[in-house]
Amino acid sequence: METLLQVKDLVKYYPVYSRGIVTKKVVGNVHAVDHITFEVKKGETVGLVGESGCGKTTTGKLILNLEKATSGSVLFDGFDVFKTFRKGSKEEKSRLRRSMQMVFQNPYASLDPRMTVFDIISEPFKIHRHLPKEEWGEQVYKLLDMVGLEPYHAERYPHEFSGGQRQRICIARAIAVNPKFIVADEPVSSLDVSIRAQILNLMLDLQKRLGISYLYISHDLSSVRQISHRVIVMYLGEIVESAPTEKHFEHPLHPYTRALISAVPIPDPAKKMDIILLPGEVPSPINPPSGCRFHPRCQYATPKCSSEKPALIEIDRDHFVSCHYAFNFL
Amino acid sequence: MSMNLLEIENLKTYFFTEAGVVKALDGVTFNVEKGCTIGLVGESGSGKSVTAQSVLRIVPRPGRIVGGKILFNGEDILAKKESEMRSYRGKKISLIFQDPTSSLNPVFTIGNQLSDIVMQHNRVKKDEAAEAVVKALKLVKLPDPEEALTRYPHQFSGGMKQRICIARALLLNPDLLFADEPTTNLDVTIQAQIIALLVDLQKNIGLTLVMITHDMGIVTQMCKCVVVLYAGKVMEIGSIEKIFEMPHPYTEALLKAVPRLDQTRKLISIPGNIPNLIEPPSGCRFHPRCQYAVERCKEEVPPLQDVGGGHMISCHRWRELNGG
Repeated sequence: METLLQVKDLVKYYPVYSRGIVTKKVVGNVHAVDHITFEVKKGETVGLVGESGCGKTTTGKLILNLEKATSGSVLFDGFDVFKTFRKGSKEEKSRLRRSMQMVFQNPYASLDPRMTVFDIISEPFKIHRHLPKEEWGEQVYKLLDMVGLEPYHAERYPHEFSGGQRQRICIARAIAVNPKFIVADEPVSSLDVSIRAQILNLMLDLQKRLGISYLYISHDLSSVRQISHRVIVMYLGEIVESAPTEKHFEHPLHPYTRALISAVPIPDPAKKMDIILLPGEVPSPINPPSGCRFHPRCQYATPKCSSEKPALIEIDRDHFVSCHYAFNFL
Repeated sequence: MSMNLLEIENLKTYFFTEAGVVKALDGVTFNVEKGCTIGLVGESGSGKSVTAQSVLRIVPRPGRIVGGKILFNGEDILAKKESEMRSYRGKKISLIFQDPTSSLNPVFTIGNQLSDIVMQHNRVKKDEAAEAVVKALKLVKLPDPEEALTRYPHQFSGGMKQRICIARALLLNPDLLFADEPTTNLDVTIQAQIIALLVDLQKNIGLTLVMITHDMGIVTQMCKCVVVLYAGKVMEIGSIEKIFEMPHPYTEALLKAVPRLDQTRKLISIPGNIPNLIEPPSGCRFHPRCQYAVERCKEEVPPLQDVGGGHMISCHRWRELNGG
């Protein structure tokens, strides 16, 4: 498969200021995303997993240039994303924006309450002007049909819809410009359990029909397994493990991933859980621990772990882990 | 034969809103055995939280309990005076809320707001109350409990705040504890810590726990017995094993629609949306979304019947679907 997106050495630090109005000094940095590198192939879904504050949403926003990166680069289909948005012509920017879209977590906040569904879905046409006005109507109804809504829904307002239907509207808006790539930031976590499957199935269906690649950001490992081809686990701004889905869930190697997977309750009385309880909590990203960032909570940690940072290495075919002792778990 | 600590019979709690009467609980019946952990499962709007609020008689306006019976230790809670009820809340029946951040008062220290509860109920001096608080904080394994007394809620992380909320709920040694989605706002690894803590507490101090959640995984791993609610009605009551073996059509559909960590499979989604409770569907409330629905399901409300071994089902077609 061809590579669609390449993220290289991406870094985002948020400065922390001292108190005071006149003498504001930078006293530290929140290491939100710290030198991460990965790829997304054409037609593939990459699941980005981690606990709150690990930098997964920031990563999604950096890729789309919704946040300015501190350093690093993102190559999309051969274009340097940051360079295009900094120096490119209007036409180039618009073309790039059209090919990368985002679906947000909360469909209650991401739709304008004063616009009808027709206005919401046709707004991308208005902005990008890639479609003659006569075709807007037809296209909107086609999109509504694709996401499983009825034509008469076009004249309604967002408040008349349930959470699941709103998320369908958000997805219709995102695919209105024929994107090749969509960042889906926790698209189902605010929905009811019985509705989640509808949205996940819709995303899979659209991928099959349109060949869209997804970066699926979530903390819910079960849904990640359903939808992703590849899973990347982040901890405190760094990638700790990256592997094809099957391998990731059947043979996780990093101690953090193993604890994470063991902590998810499985709805089956025949399977009793064997939880690896992690002590403590995620440390502050302002002063992340030295060496391996996971070492204060890791049961296998040795002095080497606190002094030396492990590199993300390919330990098995297509299976990347950043742990000094990953070989022991193979 | 162990005794039922809580018996709820045909409980009806309605909300009288401007748009109409919302029938949040419409004839809910179930029992909670003493020393047991039961799961109260359902989606949003199914009435799980309102059940807990009704038992504590803290249903917010414009809601009102309009019918039914709630027996706690054999005594009718709905017949109690408000002043009597105050001595039940916290002391006999307690509650942990979903969001620990908004259920702690940000302007008082932990010691202050927790010892207030002890002083209010037990009429003790301040230092005695503080002792009780430290004891409760130790019970929930909060690191450095003495130090914690002088700190404010914002100085704790989400997981620690939830531990403090659990300590607060246990301060007066209640017999019955409702935990209303206590891990929904927490990360997976912290959720595992809190679940382990609740299981521990339940065993060690013989607490009766009602775990309210929408996560079938948590229920499976924590509870012996489950009550499944849908749109203000009980669909099914039974042991975990029974429910997985021969589920109600709704429970079955729910289990098929939830992604599982240990397998990749096609998710079968439940069509449609959660019904509006002002004008709920006629007959069985699940019929518009049920793949097995027939004419009869639209017309007749199926009664909650014992189908053997304490397994209660409210469905016209369950027997037929499960081979007679």
